[in-house]
Amino acid sequence: MIAQQLVYGVILGMVYALLAVGYSLVFGILRLLNMSHGSVYAFGAHMALMAVTLTWGLPAAFIFTIVATGVLNVVINNVVLAPLRARNAPNITLLISVTGVSYIIQNGLMLTFGSTRMPFPKIFDYGNITIGGVTITSTQLSILIVTLLLFAILFLITNCTKMGLAMRCSSQNPKAANLVGIDVRKVVTFTFFLSGMSAAVAGYMIAGYYEMVYFTMGTAAGLKAFAAAVLGGIGVLYGSVAGGVIVGIAEAMATTFLGSNYAEASAYVILFLVLLLKPSGLFGKDNLEKV
Amino acid sequence: MKSIVSTASNFMHKNKLWLLLAIIAVLVILPFFGLSSYLIRVLCMIATYSILALSLNLITGFMGQTSMGHAALYCIGAYAGALFSTRLGTNFWISLIAAIVVGALAGAFEGFVTMNLSGSYMTVTTLAFAQVVTMVAQNWTSLTNGPLGIKSIPRPTFFGIELTTNNGGLYWLVLAFLILTVLFVTAIINSKMGRAVIAIKEDELAAKLMGIETKRYRIAVVAIAGALAGVAGCYYAHMSRYVDPKVFSFDISMTILTIVIFGGLASIPGSILGAIIMVAFPEALQFLSEYRFLVYGFILVIMMRFRPQGVLGGLSKQPYKLPAGVKSKAREAAAQAKEA
Repeated sequence: MIAQQLVYGVILGMVYALLAVGYSLVFGILRLLNMSHGSVYAFGAHMALMAVTLTWGLPAAFIFTIVATGVLNVVINNVVLAPLRARNAPNITLLISVTGVSYIIQNGLMLTFGSTRMPFPKIFDYGNITIGGVTITSTQLSILIVTLLLFAILFLITNCTKMGLAMRCSSQNPKAANLVGIDVRKVVTFTFFLSGMSAAVAGYMIAGYYEMVYFTMGTAAGLKAFAAAVLGGIGVLYGSVAGGVIVGIAEAMATTFLGSNYAEASAYVILFLVLLLKPSGLFGKDNLEKV
Repeated sequence: MKSIVSTASNFMHKNKLWLLLAIIAVLVILPFFGLSSYLIRVLCMIATYSILALSLNLITGFMGQTSMGHAALYCIGAYAGALFSTRLGTNFWISLIAAIVVGALAGAFEGFVTMNLSGSYMTVTTLAFAQVVTMVAQNWTSLTNGPLGIKSIPRPTFFGIELTTNNGGLYWLVLAFLILTVLFVTAIINSKMGRAVIAIKEDELAAKLMGIETKRYRIAVVAIAGALAGVAGCYYAHMSRYVDPKVFSFDISMTILTIVIFGGLASIPGSILGAIIMVAFPEALQFLSEYRFLVYGFILVIMMRFRPQGVLGGLSKQPYKLPAGVKSKAREAAAQAKEA
């Protein structure tokens, strides 16, 4: 029973981790909490729904979802955030702006797709595997594989490519990075695209896992993913993955022992405790800056 | 055009007291003009949101800490008032005191949790706090009756007269609350505490170095904001006679924040103007009500882009009022130059 819940928790956690990585990527470079990330994730799920209803087949639908969501994130950056950064606006101004963007996306989705919950076809449905009394569906297994694959890609991009080096430089010191010839604006745009991409994959996976899509699906998921990112140390990619899995398991355990009503709150309780006890998170570097 | 504006602003500044009294007088006699009870209700909601916005303005405008969970304090005040009136059968005024005390305690708790945080972390923690509060309101069924909410809360009475929207009593009640809130907030801002709070906004570290006990003030300000939100919540519960957890959603937190930002950070008239526009707009344009939050989103983005200090926010054009007994050499020199 507990092992079964553990499986649920890990799968859920992997998706939270995908979203948390999106927060971390942007936070690492801009020190900005991207409040619109949850809505971008919902947007990704809706794009997936659109592609699926048009019966484009899985690969085409997948690529379309990723590109559309990535482009949306780039547009947010270039239209809303870049002018503010050019003016050296305080961080909180950017935060309120992205919250506004989040409202615009969410209500835009509601107006285009309607406010009801829409069914979404199950993805990767090939039956179940039972190992020692624990049943794992093929959907869960594929979610695990896809997220791990994406983490591997992200890891390769940030650690083994020139762009990744530029990203790490810009996150340490944007001004110095600019001085040594790194186009920080391009790096930020690329980061937003990556962040949107991971949100799109998370949206696709969750839509296929729960078999439904609705316009407010990003609110709670976004907050929980943020809790995960803070728990792991925001800005640290592997920390976000660990944080996501912990939040997912905590939620599954809370569902088993306390009931599903309290499970919703578990991520927020974790967030509270982390911010009170160790605001830099589990893997975060201390004294980077005052929270 | 500019000179007309500045003349008007000078005139308004010189006759501030009389203008305010005139506005209050007009507001007091408003129900005698035979407004429909629907319109009175809208006015009551405007005043309630003004109180909430003023309370959030203390935290966000004056202290510079953005809270995206102000509905939590509103919710706690409303539930405290409603529970006292229905479970214990106390009259409105005792429920009101209870709501203020409970709101202040909740605010003090929120302030304590967030006293070391700033920027995004503060924002998200307040947001999470609000989510936890609604979650508790939904699940603690024995106390709050869960998602069904608390029904048939008695109307407030004043010396035995039941106050309703029809006889205008509820309107005068909330108007009195609003005026008291404005006076209270003004008094705080002009006190030692107000200066300390503004110093925290400008630079928390420098404020600390100047010997201001920033943590104590941060807790105190959120507690005061909680007390004011308690007033608004208790009033709302007794006006609508029904509360349930859904009333105090994230959207309400964002509405209050939008009012504060649109009206102007650290501006008291701004909060009231913001409430008038944000509450009246969806009522006036019912056919656009679907687009309400879309418009809120655009307001946030556009205001941040082009006028982050809000419609009425920003630096005052009037000369700084020095404390009694302090003379400004520059100003004396200017006065002499004018005479000569």
